[in-house]
Amino acid sequence: MTQAAPTVDVDPMGGEGQKPPRAQRFTLGSVVVRATVALLCLLWLVPTIGLLVSSFRSEEAVKEDGWWTVFASPLEFSQWTLDSYDSVIFDQGMGSAFLNSIVVTVPATIIPIMIAAFAAYAFTFMRFPGRDLLFILVVGLLVVPLQVAFVPLLRLFSQYELNGTFLAVWLAHAGFGMPLAIYILRNYMASLPHEIIESAAVDGASHFRTFWSLVVPMSVPALAAYAIFQFLWVWNDLLVALLFLGAGENEVVTINLRDLIGDLGQEWHLLTAGAFISMVLPLAVFFALQRYFVRGLTAGSVKG
Amino acid sequence: MATVRFEKAQRWYPGADTPAVPGIDLEIEDGEFMVLVGPSGCGKSTTLRMLAGLEEVNSGNVYIGDRDVTKLSPKDRDIAMVFQNYALYPHMTVADNMAFALKMAKVPSEERKVRVREAAGILGLTDYLDRKPKALSGGQRQRVAMGRAIVRQPQVFLMDEPLSNLDAKMRVATRTDIAKLQADLGITTVYVTHDQIEAMTMGDRVAVMNFGELQQVDTPLSLYDRPNNRFVAGFIGSPAMNFLEGEMTDGGLRIGDYDLPVPRDVLQKATDGVVVGVRPEHFEIASDNNGIPIEVTLVEELGADAYIYGTTDVQGTPGHLVVRGLARRDVAKGSTVYVSADAERIHVFDKATEKRLN
Repeated sequence: MTQAAPTVDVDPMGGEGQKPPRAQRFTLGSVVVRATVALLCLLWLVPTIGLLVSSFRSEEAVKEDGWWTVFASPLEFSQWTLDSYDSVIFDQGMGSAFLNSIVVTVPATIIPIMIAAFAAYAFTFMRFPGRDLLFILVVGLLVVPLQVAFVPLLRLFSQYELNGTFLAVWLAHAGFGMPLAIYILRNYMASLPHEIIESAAVDGASHFRTFWSLVVPMSVPALAAYAIFQFLWVWNDLLVALLFLGAGENEVVTINLRDLIGDLGQEWHLLTAGAFISMVLPLAVFFALQRYFVRGLTAGSVKG
Repeated sequence: MATVRFEKAQRWYPGADTPAVPGIDLEIEDGEFMVLVGPSGCGKSTTLRMLAGLEEVNSGNVYIGDRDVTKLSPKDRDIAMVFQNYALYPHMTVADNMAFALKMAKVPSEERKVRVREAAGILGLTDYLDRKPKALSGGQRQRVAMGRAIVRQPQVFLMDEPLSNLDAKMRVATRTDIAKLQADLGITTVYVTHDQIEAMTMGDRVAVMNFGELQQVDTPLSLYDRPNNRFVAGFIGSPAMNFLEGEMTDGGLRIGDYDLPVPRDVLQKATDGVVVGVRPEHFEIASDNNGIPIEVTLVEELGADAYIYGTTDVQGTPGHLVVRGLARRDVAKGSTVYVSADAERIHVFDKATEKRLN
């Protein structure tokens, strides 16, 4: 139980000086809250910190004692090594897997956004028969689990000899991400002031011009928010990549990571470095776009 | 420059029980400033949007000049529109906002610049051309919206309540600016408002609408002096007209103990009784006790004159009346005064059809 401390306003300036705003005053309550938050953050970060520390230690050290022992003598530089990273990137193929992941993720993010933005524009601003029914159908696809589509997709792709190519994963991810993308973007566009679109129509802009010159720039928050979601989802995906791309030349980071363990789990120390490499890009994307991330969570439901 | 003509233009929203505009016939002359006015939901905006091409015309026709534009898309109609919330493009500068339509029309870049500068000069926006709309005040945004319309040099201006987002003072100032600008440019203008004062002060002619129908189209003063029906009479004028009912007698109308003379031939036209409208300024405070007794509840002293609000329990009167009196006469609240109407300036309406009889 946090007990609100009896706040005695001791004013160092003496008498009628301005009191600091209430939020900035350090009461016992606020200290407890801060300490709790800090503790929770630390607790959540412990595994990651352990991973990070271990990834810079030698194989023997990792297998001998726990990572926390380094804190006894953190400045003893001989215990730090980049061997794990060296081995993972060059011997285990994580380097090329990383590039493959980028090759998979970037188009698999851009393609569905492009198509969904066009679709969302049509669903929002164009009138055509069956529009609402079609939209309900698209949104309804959200409840279809992607697993049910695997077998038909595999057969379809093998018919066109696409299995194992990047195109197959792009198409699969684009398809699976599309319903949510259309849903989020349409709801966002519906919240744009429709007079602007009408004004553009009076000003002589075609639908195409209205889309590119007005709707896309105004929808950047929603587009960015969805792009982040789709990017993270594709980057972290193992199942779709495993099915349509598989191991080998074109394998992505997640598949490479899975194979690092080795058949008997004897090389798990390499996982630490591999895991960190796989995290680098998502972390960079998150920190670069985090203001959209936070804002984008409500995009579409509330005018952003 | 062009005339505008509606021929039985109808708009029926899908799913609605009745048409929003059952069929409007209206002719607007070249260079005229036509104001569409009416209470909300009367179909004035729908009418404007039919002209703009933003609303489908279900039947009938709309002409701009000699061209039948009924089926044309907005961009092919050569019109410019000012929206209530201005609808500025938020990510473009003022200059780009104003140049957008010209760019769409593939006007060469040099000419675009010249025309934008010219319009900005007229509207006093020259210093703001590089700003984004969010860095402008409400009045400036309104002017950008106007500027976007005038750079087009269109055949018709359409304005949908362009002043209702401004504060009272700006509204009055901008009202005169727009009227002057329109007169200078001489471009046919259709202006929608719910504010009858705007309608009266700005329009060459005013079209009063209610329930999707045109009630009367006339010059502001004619509307004020000779309203066609009871709705127009009540809508135009502020404070509103007083409506009195009474017993029909040989030479007029008996309201309580007060005899209001009405010509016999006018009374004879009535189907089922009459309603007499009297504007506040056409009441006089009677010196003797011959008039309608009202108990004063409020006196609005405006300096030049005063409005006396009062209640009365005489049968057939609306319960409270507004009378314009002379200023500084010290009519005390709570006192009783007798008012009589100027018989020459009364408006007589049929009680059933609400049409004007005199």
